[in-house]
Amino acid sequence: MILTYAIYFNFACFGAALLMTLAKVVSAQDIGDRILALDTMVINVIALLVLYGLMAGTAVYFEASMIIAMLGFVSTVAYARFILRGNIIE
Amino acid sequence: MELIVEIVIAFFLVVSGIFGFTGSYGLIKLGDPMSRLHAPTKATTLGVGGLLLAAMASIYVFYEHVSLHELLITLFLFLAAPVTAHFIAKSHIHRHENAEDLPDPGDDPDWAVLHHDPEDVHRPSHGPED
Repeated sequence: MILTYAIYFNFACFGAALLMTLAKVVSAQDIGDRILALDTMVINVIALLVLYGLMAGTAVYFEASMIIAMLGFVSTVAYARFILRGNIIE
Repeated sequence: MELIVEIVIAFFLVVSGIFGFTGSYGLIKLGDPMSRLHAPTKATTLGVGGLLLAAMASIYVFYEHVSLHELLITLFLFLAAPVTAHFIAKSHIHRHENAEDLPDPGDDPDWAVLHHDPEDVHRPSHGPED
């Protein structure tokens, strides 16, 4: 019972966090802020996926969140590197 | 016994939710770009870490097997967050800071991010902000 409410509370927190990062992606003044907001968005999505797996009682979503974590990290680094060097793989 | 375990897991969940919310709120609230870098890379990562601990505990208690996937994700996120922050800070220095405004680089002749090598054709010159 208490666990159900805690899961709902956590859904609300990370859902609001996801909306705030989305607003930041739209309204960011600078490209660095936008990269940071996208990276935070990826982390929030990982949290929501893990939470959904916890609620549904399956382990399928952990593999999915692992893949999203790796792709998010690589894309953030690639984006930042593109700004730094104008090129990703030299 | 069951109730105590549920309370512990619920505590982890609530704390991680607050941390995750704080991280993203800091992203839109803080004024300076480098302050904004601080909130999501630390608070949100810690929030996801707590959430994954709760997931591990609940799988161990309710399904009675040890799951290490969560630990992998936690480890990966904790390794990835500083690297991400470092890259974003480097791109910020590259685009918005002048070499005169930065602190003394010490033994090195200049800041590597702002160093302009004429023979490096891939590197864009450090132009004005756009």
